[in-house]
Amino acid sequence: MSILIDQNSKVLVQGITGNAGLFHSSQMLKYGTNIVAGVTPGKGGEWVLDGKIPVFDLVATAIEMTGADVSILFVPARNAMDAIYEAAEAKIPLLICITSGIPVQDMMRVKAYLSNKNIRLIGPSSPGLVTPMEANIGIIPGDIAFSGNVGVVSRAGTLTYEVLYNLQKNGIGISTCVGIGSDPVLGTGLVEILRMFEADLHTDHVVIIGEIGGNEEEKAADFILGNMSKPVVAFIAGKTAPEGTQMGHAGAIVAGESGNAVNKIKLFESIGVRVARFPGEIPILLSI
Amino acid sequence: MRLHEYQSKRIFGKYGIPIPKAKTISSASQIKQITEELGTPVILKSQVRVSGRGKAGGIRLARDVKEAEEIAAHLLGMIIKGQPVHKLLVEQVANFQNEYYLAISTDRSMGCPVLIASMPGDVSIDEVASNHPEQVIKIAIDPTIGLSNYQVREAAFGMNLPKKYWTSFSEISFGLWRVFCETDAESAEINPLVIDPDKGFLALDGKLFLDENALFRHIELYDTQEINGEDPLVIEARKFGLNYVKLDGYIGCLVNGAGLAMATMDIIHLFGGKPANFLDIGGGADLDKVKTGLRIVISDRRVRSILINIFGGITHCDIVARGILQIIVEDQPSVPIIVRLVGTNSDEARKMLRGQGLITLSDTMDLAAQTAISVSGETVIIR
Repeated sequence: MSILIDQNSKVLVQGITGNAGLFHSSQMLKYGTNIVAGVTPGKGGEWVLDGKIPVFDLVATAIEMTGADVSILFVPARNAMDAIYEAAEAKIPLLICITSGIPVQDMMRVKAYLSNKNIRLIGPSSPGLVTPMEANIGIIPGDIAFSGNVGVVSRAGTLTYEVLYNLQKNGIGISTCVGIGSDPVLGTGLVEILRMFEADLHTDHVVIIGEIGGNEEEKAADFILGNMSKPVVAFIAGKTAPEGTQMGHAGAIVAGESGNAVNKIKLFESIGVRVARFPGEIPILLSI
Repeated sequence: MRLHEYQSKRIFGKYGIPIPKAKTISSASQIKQITEELGTPVILKSQVRVSGRGKAGGIRLARDVKEAEEIAAHLLGMIIKGQPVHKLLVEQVANFQNEYYLAISTDRSMGCPVLIASMPGDVSIDEVASNHPEQVIKIAIDPTIGLSNYQVREAAFGMNLPKKYWTSFSEISFGLWRVFCETDAESAEINPLVIDPDKGFLALDGKLFLDENALFRHIELYDTQEINGEDPLVIEARKFGLNYVKLDGYIGCLVNGAGLAMATMDIIHLFGGKPANFLDIGGGADLDKVKTGLRIVISDRRVRSILINIFGGITHCDIVARGILQIIVEDQPSVPIIVRLVGTNSDEARKMLRGQGLITLSDTMDLAAQTAISVSGETVIIR
């Protein structure tokens, strides 16, 4: 069992004929992910990936023809808002946006637009999701996680891989890993994923990978305190980041007291969340 | 991307927000004529993009032309919090009684724009917010609807603004909202917004932060960006799409991914070392990017050892290895390089690097950090 995605997920790839779209679609297929269609405006009617995957011009047609229920976006940042609107209007229930560098005002409009629709957006700048043995939707390397009972939710990219790799090396498997993205405005926050892990029958432990900037971890701490029975272990990156400097990710910036990693760590520890000092320590703290 | 005060105010002025009469100068020889034109006294404001320039002595009042000349000569070339002063904003002095704070910014937590207004202006809004939260009015704006009249009334009311100023306050608020939307700003802030009994509202200071990701829609604003005062290494890194931040240590770092790069920086600290920089080469870096990144790290004279931490996904470890080998041949660096590679093509990459005298291969992040610290000549502290 898992959250959000499983072996039944029928995946549509928006931007499938671009470099990133094509490369990662082939990786996902190799993993066994059920990709059913691709969309690239102007390339409808073509078949890609050894003729296995049909390409459509419009998302609506792709869904009508294939029954896709998850869309993953590899669309350039300047067209991403449009691609999200198109998928949402076609009523696809789950959108995963890998694209990074989307203007934050575009994202705020998308968020307001999606607020009264029953559509979940993960990202932007998400590395994707993986439910081992079932589906890998995104760019997370497929060979660094096996199936188990630890749910992983992360605000980072390669740091997520580092954590998965450490878990795997220590014989710890995962239920689902969700990369919620590193942008300042996100479709889905930590809390919503924690709520799903708490309800998931096959998740017994949760790992949170956070970083400086914003207050996702603070909201998560509130939620954990009042609503979570499952043990949580965390790692927060950027403890030694200088104030006022953007550390690569659009959202990774400490502004005064806001977004400070040390504060996040203290808060987590004060409510019983064990915080690893470095990624390699997470498996030890999980004490499985 | 933060604009200078004079750039921000120029944009505010275009959107109907009243700003004091002012001119910018970059040489002290221009000050006499401008002071005479504006009329004394004048205020001279150093154009540096840091907070607290007033306290650092970067803003000075001049009562006459002679004083203005002296102050201009003193301020130009001054270095404030690491940034050299290349330009001064010379401004007419305003008479005012009331100071306010007004901003439109991005609220990360709610994921929407907010209008923030406060009665005591010219102070840190964060301080007011934590000490007197009741004095800060924060109104969420639905970006699909835009700022509404009633929201502006709510702000004016909450600020105890005398009724006769409501109309002009409304014009300023809508002007600021248009600045925010049309320049794709992260935030547009007036602090302080004052009331001059003769002239009405005036924006005495302006701070505009633009969203770098939206600059493709605002080429004209990009042209006004001044990169003066920035480290040449930072400029070089940006040209190649690398995220580089100079830090105060001696271990050079090269990592793929910002989160992992921060974690690498943190682990060096944990074991008693100090990173010289944060460098994220991003995802799927090609040979050029790897080599440029390494060159930037090597060119920093403070660097005594280098830690390369790569978790291959879209980034191919063999390309990173090839970059390292080419740099060793082409640039002949003398500092030891600790390399930790995992993921896509890492076996092949490790084979390529084995036997290279300058390189030590490491299996884990913790070991790599410890090795980098000890070969830099410092003591590893295991906590």
